[in-house]
Amino acid sequence: MRSKFDRQLERLHQELTRMGALCEEAISASVLALLEDDQDMANIALAKERDIDQQERDIESLCMKLLLQQQPVARDLRTISSALKMISDMERIGDQAADIAEITRHIGGASLPGQVHIAEMTQAAAKMVTSSVESFVKRDLELAKAVIRYDDVVDQLFVEIKTSLTGLIRRDASSAEEALDLLMIAKYLERIGDHAVNVAEWVAYSITGVRRQ
Amino acid sequence: MPDKTILSAKDLDFFYGPAQALRHITANIPANQVTAFIGPSGCGKSTFLRTINRMNDLIPIARVTGSLTFHGRDIYAPGVDVTALRRQIGMVFQKPNPFPMSVYDNVAYGPRTHGTCDRAKLDAIVEDSLRAAAIWDEVKDRLKKSALSLSGGQQQRVCIARALAVRPEVLLMDEATSALDPISTAKIEDLILELRERFTIIMVTHNMQQAARISDKTAFFLMGELIEYTATERLFSMPRDKRTEDYITGRFG
Repeated sequence: MRSKFDRQLERLHQELTRMGALCEEAISASVLALLEDDQDMANIALAKERDIDQQERDIESLCMKLLLQQQPVARDLRTISSALKMISDMERIGDQAADIAEITRHIGGASLPGQVHIAEMTQAAAKMVTSSVESFVKRDLELAKAVIRYDDVVDQLFVEIKTSLTGLIRRDASSAEEALDLLMIAKYLERIGDHAVNVAEWVAYSITGVRRQ
Repeated sequence: MPDKTILSAKDLDFFYGPAQALRHITANIPANQVTAFIGPSGCGKSTFLRTINRMNDLIPIARVTGSLTFHGRDIYAPGVDVTALRRQIGMVFQKPNPFPMSVYDNVAYGPRTHGTCDRAKLDAIVEDSLRAAAIWDEVKDRLKKSALSLSGGQQQRVCIARALAVRPEVLLMDEATSALDPISTAKIEDLILELRERFTIIMVTHNMQQAARISDKTAFFLMGELIEYTATERLFSMPRDKRTEDYITGRFG
């Protein structure tokens, strides 16, 4: 029974995992472009962003097809409607990675203050993205909740970066422009964390049927 | 506002000879709402529907225990006037079953049986009923033609008009659209939503999308038991019972 539907749902899971992986790669590439002053990496991040957009459209049409053909109810309905919401957040994550890559085009990588934290923050944000998608595929409510909690870590790192950049501007006003660029990057990473939280909240909804307030 | 209960079953059991078809059904059915019964074939949903206007009385080996009340009065109490009960609780069947007579006479049949002979009164009842069943415009110029000359969807709406002509409070619909094409089905679904203002509708359907589209509450039956009975939106988005989830998502068996 319903073996075709189950295969289609399996494919939806695979495509979402792939989109999550693309997001993670885009984030890593954009930040490597910054930390290692590597424009090839920036171009890779921009290319990944286009792949993510395409992946969003593909998953969207798969979901539309499932809604049309299977008229899903209960858990299936929640899975498919959550997937449709999740891909919007993942698409935004791709945009923000591209925004970071754009900034690296006019900012030198060498000896930037706050770099340590940026690297750390990138890891944290990327981990949230990966875990949120993994929690969907494995229907792991605890992992989804862990992603939501982990947002505090990313937020804290943002505060630390902001503090160290404020100090930098105070000491050396000529570095203000660079510092502001870094602050933007940190803000993008912080937003990526928020989108991962949204994804995790949709995962929690698809499992429990209850929307977090 | 709490739902006003019109029908109430408590520990209702139903037997066909030695076979038990309904087990301890307990449910309150709200007035002026659409209640859908779903479940696999043989689950008891049609049996329960037919206990409501005592259609099962026609089966000699049938036996009912427990209570089933309509406006608080026991439907199975001794001395209940079954004809009067069926006037208050009308029924529409799966296959359109117009009588082999004119459209007019089909609809006037019930009121005439119940003693209305006045021509003007009958005309008014026939027109009102055909309008309420959303078929007036299609048949007003052929009221004297045989109802059997109509299409299936039109016949079914004439049957609904016939059921409405005796001013029932409750309308039971046993898969009333399953033999119809999608357009006729859509017309009858629209009609059900309009009729809800004036009647209580209880429908058995195998079409879950139909239950999801037009019912306020849905009851899921399985092997004679009422497994889950709740607001339709809730049942189709977040069923409580795993058996409900398995059935509505097609994971059964």
